[in-house]
Amino acid sequence: MMKKLLGTLIAALALSSQFAIATESLKLDPAPIDTHDVASLQAGARAFVNYCLNCHSASLMRHSRLQDIGLTEEQIKDNLLFSAGKVGEMMNVAMSKKDAKEWFGAAPPDLSVVARARGADWLYTYLRGFYRDPSTTTGWNNLAFDRVAMPHVLWTLQGERVRTEVILKDPSGKDLGDGHGGVRKVLKLEMVTPGSMSTLEYDVLVRDLVNFLVWVAEPNQILRKQVGFWVLIVLGILILLTWLLKKEYWKDVH
Amino acid sequence: MAATQKEPVTGAGPLNGILTWVDERFPLIENWRAHLSRYYAPKNFNFWYFMGGLAMLVLALQIVTGIFLTMNYKPDANLAFASVEYIMREVSFGWLVRYMHSTGASAFFVVVYLHMFRALLYGSHRKPRELLWVIGVVIYLTLMAEAFFGYLLPWGQMSFWGAQVIVNLFSTIPFIGPDLSEWIRGDYVVSDATLNRFFAFHVIAIPLVLLGLVAAHILALHEVGSNNPDGIEIKNNKDPKTGIPLDGIPFHPYYTVKDAFGATVFLFIFAIVVFFAPEVGGYFLEYNNFIPADPLKTPLHIAPVWYFTPFYSVLRAVPPMFDSQFPGVALFGAATMILFLLPWLDRSPVKSIRYRGPIYKRWLAAFVVVFLLLGYLGTEPTNVWGQFGPWLGEVERATVVARICTVIYFSFFILMPWYSRMDKVLAEPERVTS
Repeated sequence: MMKKLLGTLIAALALSSQFAIATESLKLDPAPIDTHDVASLQAGARAFVNYCLNCHSASLMRHSRLQDIGLTEEQIKDNLLFSAGKVGEMMNVAMSKKDAKEWFGAAPPDLSVVARARGADWLYTYLRGFYRDPSTTTGWNNLAFDRVAMPHVLWTLQGERVRTEVILKDPSGKDLGDGHGGVRKVLKLEMVTPGSMSTLEYDVLVRDLVNFLVWVAEPNQILRKQVGFWVLIVLGILILLTWLLKKEYWKDVH
Repeated sequence: MAATQKEPVTGAGPLNGILTWVDERFPLIENWRAHLSRYYAPKNFNFWYFMGGLAMLVLALQIVTGIFLTMNYKPDANLAFASVEYIMREVSFGWLVRYMHSTGASAFFVVVYLHMFRALLYGSHRKPRELLWVIGVVIYLTLMAEAFFGYLLPWGQMSFWGAQVIVNLFSTIPFIGPDLSEWIRGDYVVSDATLNRFFAFHVIAIPLVLLGLVAAHILALHEVGSNNPDGIEIKNNKDPKTGIPLDGIPFHPYYTVKDAFGATVFLFIFAIVVFFAPEVGGYFLEYNNFIPADPLKTPLHIAPVWYFTPFYSVLRAVPPMFDSQFPGVALFGAATMILFLLPWLDRSPVKSIRYRGPIYKRWLAAFVVVFLLLGYLGTEPTNVWGQFGPWLGEVERATVVARICTVIYFSFFILMPWYSRMDKVLAEPERVTS
């Protein structure tokens, strides 16, 4: 039921994204994330370890910390620890910075706090913004990050898309003008080879991944809000008490 | 011997004995009375009079949280960024200490700006409180230095490039500039050497100066007595028998309990930020500062933290002259230094806004508007509002607005000797009103 609801939500957002892309400066799609959704965080962790952690490190994050999102140490060891390392180790990668620079032209950035630097919406738009572009070295380009050095790692899932421009027409079939003598065009990514996932499935995957990255950027954020709730209650009581104390003392001031 | 003439301490229950012993060897009761129980403050303090006490509270918070941060922070260009994240992730409640410190930095400026604005409202800088104001301005400048040095420490992109830009300002000074900025950095660019010395300034040198200045500020205040929203001297109306100002009440317990209430309200708001919005939309913790410092990658848009941006706007508003950015830097410095002159620029016969005429009120309102506007513009790139058409040479709208605001900012001070005197004022009351 929840899944279905979420699916509808993402589908609606996916539709609107067609128009979002139309603007000159890219409008970011809002990422429908929820860091309290443990199932989504776990799915995101799995996707992160499978697809990202080969090149990107999260060197400020310990594998064992994944226990905070409901995984047991055994589960982490068996399913999420591919390098020979121990469960208490940081999420590092074997590839050296120097090799990475040689192979990709730029070292893949560490992803520990990327969600705080870029924002969830940007990541959500970026990971769904790849398209084929023969003019680049990797053969891929991205709507959110022009000529990005990273190839489309998830392409077997999403499929291959190409960038096309569509001329907008009014209901009678005539071209719409842009007010400056030209025609109004919309940027569109057209699927040429479908991937193993539907658009909806892919959007859910990216959502989970971004959700996980947001959590990784500040693993204490849930605790922070819980503590904050009680601190505000205590301070609220203190406000009342100090106010009554002040009133009592000030009775004789005229 | 003075010590033997002192009366024994009473009213402290079981502590009477030990306090008497201490008081015979230390001016304990004398100071307690001078600064708390027999320091008579006007009874009509309002909202604005919470800010001084709150500034002291924030100073204490910054020192305590700072000590705990220092225990885990590493002032090393290779380790600094990761050590801050180590505090955020692995140190028990380290995230709380760090967020309190980062929020405290901004909160400090919020309360200090409100504290200074209070002076403009009620004439707290006027005779006999000129020196009190001057010490206050020195505190404000010292606080800016403290914030600037501290901002480099997380070693993110904004830390690095912000420091680079600010230190480079010094290099525009004619003749000595380039050498001066190199001397400040200890290197040709901001580097590990810079980080180390900024750390030393941030955790030892400047806090020591700050504490000394705050002590001087309070001593000066208690010498001349507090101003109040009516801007009249309560010492002019004393009880002929006791010599106590008729409109004065002992600071303790009256204002200690009132300030305790103010402090809890402040802490409530503070906690909302710390626990639920520590970044405040990128204003308290900038997004780019979550990218480690990279000397080879200049960010597209470099802006200082919000509390510096009014002055940063002034700097940017001035075009280069004679191939030099120095005029802008000089005006940037002048915008802060002119605060020192305020007590002597104001020639109004009354102190408080309550009895001033419409001219000062309008100037003050304009000053607040341009200060906020300059502050906003300083956080944005200069093309934020686009450009004027060809009829105005296609200059950037925001730059023109910043220039007009800069002129108004300085006019507020420079024209004050005239407009404050020609204003039509109301008669001050004999006694404070509630």
